[in-house]
Amino acid sequence: MEKLVTLIPLFPLAGFLFITFFGKGSSKNFIGGVGSSAILLSFVVSLLVFSTQMHGAHPTVVKAFDWITAGSFDIDISFLVDPLSSIYLLFITGVGFLIHVYSIGYMHEDEGFNRFIAYLNLFVFFMLILILGDSYVTMFVGWEGVGLCSFMLIGFWYKDMKNNDAAKKAFIVNRIGDLGLILGMCLLFSYTGTLRFDELYISERGIAGIPSDVATAIGILLFIGAMGKSAQIPLHTWLPDAMAGPTPVSALIHAATMVTAGIYMVARSSNLYAMTETASDIITWAGILTSLLGATIALTQNDIKKVLAYSTVSQLGLMFVALGMGAYSTAVFHVITHAFFKALLFLGSGSVIHGMGGEQDIRRMGGLKKHVRTTHLTFLIGTIAISGIFPLAGFFSKDQIIAVAFEENKLMFILSLVVSACTAFYMFRLYFLTFHGKFRGTHEQEHHLHESPAVMTLPLVVLAVLSIVGGFIGLPHAVGESMHMHWHWLDHYLDGTVVMPGLHMDLNTELMLMGLATVIAVGGIYYAWLKYAKRGELALEDKDITSATHKMLLNKYWFDELYDSIIRKPVDAISKALGSVVEPKIIDGLVEGAGSATQATGGKIRLLQSGSLFFYILVFIVGLIALLLYI
Amino acid sequence: MLTILLLAIPILAAGLLFLSGAKNARNLALGAGILELIVTLAAFYVNKQGNAESLLNFNQEWIGPLGISYAFNLDGISLVMALLVALLLPIIIYASAHRTYKSPHYFYGLMLLMAASMMGAFTTTDGLLFYVFYEFALIPIYFMILYWSDNPNKAKITLKFFIYTLFGSLFMLVSLLYLYNISGSFNMNALYEAGRSLSAAEQGWVFAGFFIAFAVKIPVFPFHSWQPSTYDAAPTAATMLLAGIMLKMASYGLIRLVIPALPAGVAEYGTWALALSAVSVIYASCMAIVQQRYKLLIAWSSIAHLGVLSAGILAGNAQGIQGGVMEMLSHGILSVALFFVYDIIESRVHHDDMHKMGGIREVNPLFAFLFFSVVMGSVALPLTSGFVGEFLLLLGFYQVSPWLTAVAGLTVVLGAVYMLRAFQVMMLGSAPASMLNFAPLNRHEKTVLTILVILIIALGVYPDPILSTSNPSVESLLQGLNR
Repeated sequence: MEKLVTLIPLFPLAGFLFITFFGKGSSKNFIGGVGSSAILLSFVVSLLVFSTQMHGAHPTVVKAFDWITAGSFDIDISFLVDPLSSIYLLFITGVGFLIHVYSIGYMHEDEGFNRFIAYLNLFVFFMLILILGDSYVTMFVGWEGVGLCSFMLIGFWYKDMKNNDAAKKAFIVNRIGDLGLILGMCLLFSYTGTLRFDELYISERGIAGIPSDVATAIGILLFIGAMGKSAQIPLHTWLPDAMAGPTPVSALIHAATMVTAGIYMVARSSNLYAMTETASDIITWAGILTSLLGATIALTQNDIKKVLAYSTVSQLGLMFVALGMGAYSTAVFHVITHAFFKALLFLGSGSVIHGMGGEQDIRRMGGLKKHVRTTHLTFLIGTIAISGIFPLAGFFSKDQIIAVAFEENKLMFILSLVVSACTAFYMFRLYFLTFHGKFRGTHEQEHHLHESPAVMTLPLVVLAVLSIVGGFIGLPHAVGESMHMHWHWLDHYLDGTVVMPGLHMDLNTELMLMGLATVIAVGGIYYAWLKYAKRGELALEDKDITSATHKMLLNKYWFDELYDSIIRKPVDAISKALGSVVEPKIIDGLVEGAGSATQATGGKIRLLQSGSLFFYILVFIVGLIALLLYI
Repeated sequence: MLTILLLAIPILAAGLLFLSGAKNARNLALGAGILELIVTLAAFYVNKQGNAESLLNFNQEWIGPLGISYAFNLDGISLVMALLVALLLPIIIYASAHRTYKSPHYFYGLMLLMAASMMGAFTTTDGLLFYVFYEFALIPIYFMILYWSDNPNKAKITLKFFIYTLFGSLFMLVSLLYLYNISGSFNMNALYEAGRSLSAAEQGWVFAGFFIAFAVKIPVFPFHSWQPSTYDAAPTAATMLLAGIMLKMASYGLIRLVIPALPAGVAEYGTWALALSAVSVIYASCMAIVQQRYKLLIAWSSIAHLGVLSAGILAGNAQGIQGGVMEMLSHGILSVALFFVYDIIESRVHHDDMHKMGGIREVNPLFAFLFFSVVMGSVALPLTSGFVGEFLLLLGFYQVSPWLTAVAGLTVVLGAVYMLRAFQVMMLGSAPASMLNFAPLNRHEKTVLTILVILIIALGVYPDPILSTSNPSVESLLQGLNR
């Protein structure tokens, strides 16, 4: 059964190649159908693979072909099937399929339709390679491949330079992370002689002999890679800009799948991180700071996609908090539930934007609930889910993170509650401003307003259902027992694949924490309701903003400006100085100087300049003979 | 046998061209190039089969008392280098199809002579012969630039190039003779033995001589200043030969002569050389960032990549050298592709000022797609040939010097900065009026660029035929070195 795993990435690859090379002239529905069925097929095979893992099959490596050999360094293109990869397969192909279907409707009027579907297929291919790769290097193939697709899709509408700039920024910032990842691989290799997961973590314990300070260094370097891909401070600035891409891209790549690759990598390396407290602490802190940063900025954003983007940054931060505290499976749990509700929210926002004829500013929306009923309902479900209200998906996964923080580090516990409160507030702010109150757009927009076609709303409905029930894969003990259901199913499933924390909480504490989390979320929602629904306040126009804090948040803590002045400008200035002074005056100047000095002394050189072929060959032969005589 | 064929084919074809005149010169040269490729592939096949040493080996005493012989051997490393020559030669010839060169028989004849000379340098096992081939290759390229360039400063530029590289080579000659004085033979194995018998300090001096010679030609900072102007002045075909193949003789020299012969010397002075290589990467990347003209940007980016190459090779371990072999092939292909892109653009808009372009993708999506694939190869994206080489180089380099690797590794970031900027400025956005008549690719442009892109991707997805060919030879080269 595991042998079939090779098919999983092959389907989307075939889809990409087919659409790229033979797609010309086919109808959009046909192309959309091809692209979606490729992912559906992968999903079906993933289900089969997943079911064997669920029934306790051993982790297996399936080799595709030889790849890189250099002395003792030997890497194949091989796929690792184990509980962690198989569950990732499932939600990537599942959510990926829904987003493909949605795209058929969303992109229908776009002249680049074929290209769009092809890129999406290629993206899923690389994402699957990332998850399935049996070594860091193979994983890195997918890692950079998804970066490439992200680049192409952010800059999908390439005639607008703003999109191209955002795409380039994403690529370059990710590259900074990738350099860390590459150096981490180098260090790991120089101590263990391998980069294969099974030799490092599974069948052998390649990492067992590493000194702990080396483990720390490797952990930090790998995490720099994760910072880039998963948008953690200080490499987070590209993700909000990435919203320049079409909305299905934001849902698939910049919310549900690619940006969680960093979490996957750390979870995959859990045995390594378990060896190093320092690296883990750095992850926790980077995570919580990012989470707070994202959550606070989201409070003030007025672009519907930007709010969701900062929310993603914030949620990713929470996942890293879990990782840093050693709760690897908890982070994976939140990755999965987040994939459901964040994909839902992004697709919902896409449906809104679609209905609004391209408008993204929530100050120009309002009262949409009666125009886009399905979108409204599903968006509300997503909003409740992310806010952490029982029994929707976000409640259970977030609650698990909060519970871990309570046990491990009280400061993290308090800060994650702050994030929770902010999340509930900004999400409901977004919801009320968009769907409630009076319509604030133009008459044209109001006239144009319409619900999206079924091909777009059906995926919303499915994702809404998943956002409701998705949390049941990780029910807490207290709830699971009383509902006679599996509790901590995911933890049990991943046990042995990732390191498990020795966490044993008594039922009362568990219930108390759930209660507290709920109170805080409800508080946030209530405040948003009070402000934006009851009192009918509106978001301020930019020119009316006077408070310094508000300005700081609106400007995203001036990170872009900071990087501009401490990195970009200096690099440009140094480069300019090299180009206009150092190279012509010093490096080349010395050579030229020496050259003209020689030329001045020896008139013979001029003969060289006017020279003839035979003269040179003569010189060469004479020189050779002279040489031989010397010998 | 096959080794001699590889030398004889281009020499005979060049002679034929010189004598027969201008008619059909390009086709004849192309034929010779393709024949050369077929023979090289046959040699690959023989190598894979094993037990046919006699076909790949040739050894004839030349000047016996002096220990000089016509000795050639196609081991795994040389095979890959031969492939570099034989693969790119016909592509470069075919790529110049739409250019009409005056006296084409001389132009292509010189090109073939150069190929022969490079083939000789890549396959000989005699130190002196290596030197002779290494130097001889300068002559044809010198004339190709001098007589076929339309740059007003060509005389000055070619002279600088010629003298600079010739001057550098003197250092190699001195080092070579120093070793020869001990061994009494130019046979490379004898040279290795002689080198290893020296004290660390002596090895250090000999190493310094070799390194200066090769650093000029690779080129490595601060010996690079001849390169951008030469690339710029040369007709595109000559630039391709230079960047794609010829300069690889120097990095090959590091692998073939320096690493096995002077382990203690590399240990002694290697750190300096590694540091210069790392500086090279940063310096050239910064220079690439400020270029306004595409051809110069490519020239500088080439120096940046070659800095990684020389660092990885000088690390002297299997990863670094395997990476070096792969990168030489990959960089050759990518250089030809990038300069071909220049040729395509220049032939249409008659300049290469990037900021005066834009929106070409809108007008010519196929070209944009192919160019983008080349750009991705150049920034070493996995599944392109660029990645395999660069990753192995960094991996090898890291084991010797983690901090310098971190510096050289910045190529990963900076490469993306200047390449994406170039692509964006030239190809994206909406097309200004001056770009609207950017003609579609003609058949042969399409063919050449497609072949190059296929090679870039194929070697990235499945580099095993190359790496598994060179790996045994790399391992035997490193045998007995305590590194």
